[in-house]
Amino acid sequence: MTVVTTPEQLGATAHSDGGWGEPGYVPVQTRSARFSSVHHDDFPAVTGLESDWKLTPVKLVRPLIDGPLDGSIYDYVADIPSGVSIEWVDRDDALVGRAGTPEDRASANAWSSFDKALAITVTSEEHVNVTVTRSALGSTPRAAHTVITAKANSNSTVILESSGPATLGENVEIVVEDGAKLTVVSLQEWSNDSSQLSSHFATVGRDAFLKHIVVSLSGAVVRLNPSVHLAGEGSDAELYGLYFADAGQHFEQRVYLHHLGANTKGRVNYKGALQGVGARTVWVGDVLIGPDASGTDSYEQNRNLVLTEGTRADSIPNLEIETGDIFGAGHASATGRFDDEQLFYLQSRGISEAEARRLVVIGFLSEIVQKVGNSELEARLHSAIEAELSLTAGVTTAGVTQ
Amino acid sequence: MSVLEVKDLHVSVETEQGTKQILNGVDLTIAQGEIHAIMGPNGSGKSTLAYTIAGHPKYHVEGGSVLLDGVEVLTMSVDERARAGLFLAMQYPVEIPGVRMADFLRTAKTALNGEAPALRPWIKEVAEAMKSLRMEKAFSERNVNEGFSGGEKKRHEILQLELLKPKFAILDETDSGLDVDALKIVSEGVNRAKEANNLGVLLITHYTRILRYITPDFVHVFVDGRVAEEGGAELADRLENEGYDRFLTDTSVA
Repeated sequence: MTVVTTPEQLGATAHSDGGWGEPGYVPVQTRSARFSSVHHDDFPAVTGLESDWKLTPVKLVRPLIDGPLDGSIYDYVADIPSGVSIEWVDRDDALVGRAGTPEDRASANAWSSFDKALAITVTSEEHVNVTVTRSALGSTPRAAHTVITAKANSNSTVILESSGPATLGENVEIVVEDGAKLTVVSLQEWSNDSSQLSSHFATVGRDAFLKHIVVSLSGAVVRLNPSVHLAGEGSDAELYGLYFADAGQHFEQRVYLHHLGANTKGRVNYKGALQGVGARTVWVGDVLIGPDASGTDSYEQNRNLVLTEGTRADSIPNLEIETGDIFGAGHASATGRFDDEQLFYLQSRGISEAEARRLVVIGFLSEIVQKVGNSELEARLHSAIEAELSLTAGVTTAGVTQ
Repeated sequence: MSVLEVKDLHVSVETEQGTKQILNGVDLTIAQGEIHAIMGPNGSGKSTLAYTIAGHPKYHVEGGSVLLDGVEVLTMSVDERARAGLFLAMQYPVEIPGVRMADFLRTAKTALNGEAPALRPWIKEVAEAMKSLRMEKAFSERNVNEGFSGGEKKRHEILQLELLKPKFAILDETDSGLDVDALKIVSEGVNRAKEANNLGVLLITHYTRILRYITPDFVHVFVDGRVAEEGGAELADRLENEGYDRFLTDTSVA
């Protein structure tokens, strides 16, 4: 006798990611197989149920996904050292489109809409610092496109600072040519009602090194997805993130690290703190080790520190390995409250509970701040974290009053 | 001169098997400048006594009191106890990532004194204390206990003891896991702190080894959550020869 069971009989129900009802539908299995296009209309409409949107407040960013975007050039401030050039280039410039192609509708919308790209090009072989600041983008939905090119054997730190009001869809391309060393720091300190959907695409050449640091401290919605391709043999990337979400803030980062070349090394470490009702963070870490990436050494981790009730942190590490010949690969994720033993230790030395908490949080986030490698910016980040914590102190005091 | 008194202390902890009674009426009196060794078999409640006096939230006081110069300690928060003059050198000090040792020590000193120590003399004092404990200078740049070996952690505890200058210190198995050189260095530190600050010491240990370097004025044998026998340093010698067997009753083995 043949017994036929249906998935429903076994308790399986249609997946909420969407698309499952269509006959013959096969979900994308491998991270590199995702659809990509620079054209907005090539992507299906976003319902908010898709796996890459379901953790995002789609309603709040709908104008960036589907609306018209102002793609005109904007004001920025930068000190330009020798060995660095910054210029607006045309859409069809050879610098544009080298690092990646949009994998979601919002990214494609921004790509379709920008007039000119801001091209930051580093040739200096002596280490140079460049800070590009934009603080007056305005709340009209707009698109931006930035291309950072670290020419072969160059050595630099590029800091992208964003503040003020913004409703911004953008793509940032990062090309690290052979033998170059590049640190990119993307700092988001938007005004409270701002929203940003940003995709960073990086490609790292032979024996080149990229350190990529995302710091999100304010804004209503900041979704910043870095995709880094370790294309060249012996290429190396360190991807760091630091976020501190308060009530009413949604900070999301979907990190994709793709090992393509042989003997590549990747480290991903994102750390976040959450405080206040409705503080929300999302971290998705995809690591893909391709068939040719023998000798790969890869590790990714995410840690979240929950400071008050009413917050939510999603943390989803994914690891795909397509070759048997790797040096090592691992992932870790942990979300929790304060370690009571750490508090006890500090308090047993006479340090008050509030001060002990402050030390523990600052210590927790410092691990990322210490990676910046620019003492001026590190000091600024420390004071920004202190300022965030003074908010918690207020909350705690109010809660404890007897 | 200060006095620390433990009176009829009863303490329990929550375990997966339910509430477990650990201390069953401990009585102890320690004056400043005295060294009291608490010895006893594993599981007799020695560490529970240490952590209860320090105020660890895991331990529930069912009865009794701990008085420092007549003032109840058990109602104080953990940091208040430290500011009142109590110090616990822990057996397994926890790592605190991202907090530099130098910053931690200065923050603790500031909290205890109510004002920040003058920078130059403080740096000098820290450097000298580290030198006498044979700790590398680079230590102060490292994060608190992070990546420290067992011996380094113990030295760090004694470094704090010397710098924070409490009235009473509880040393929870500070000798465990130390080789003989480290044991001597750590013991010298304890003796220095006693001489310099007229420190009262509650030295908790399983073995008599550390008592070769730190001479106790009193020895208390701890069994089954209470003091079973008391005496002078000679009692430690007897334990060295006989072990704890004669104290182990059927009930305590079960």
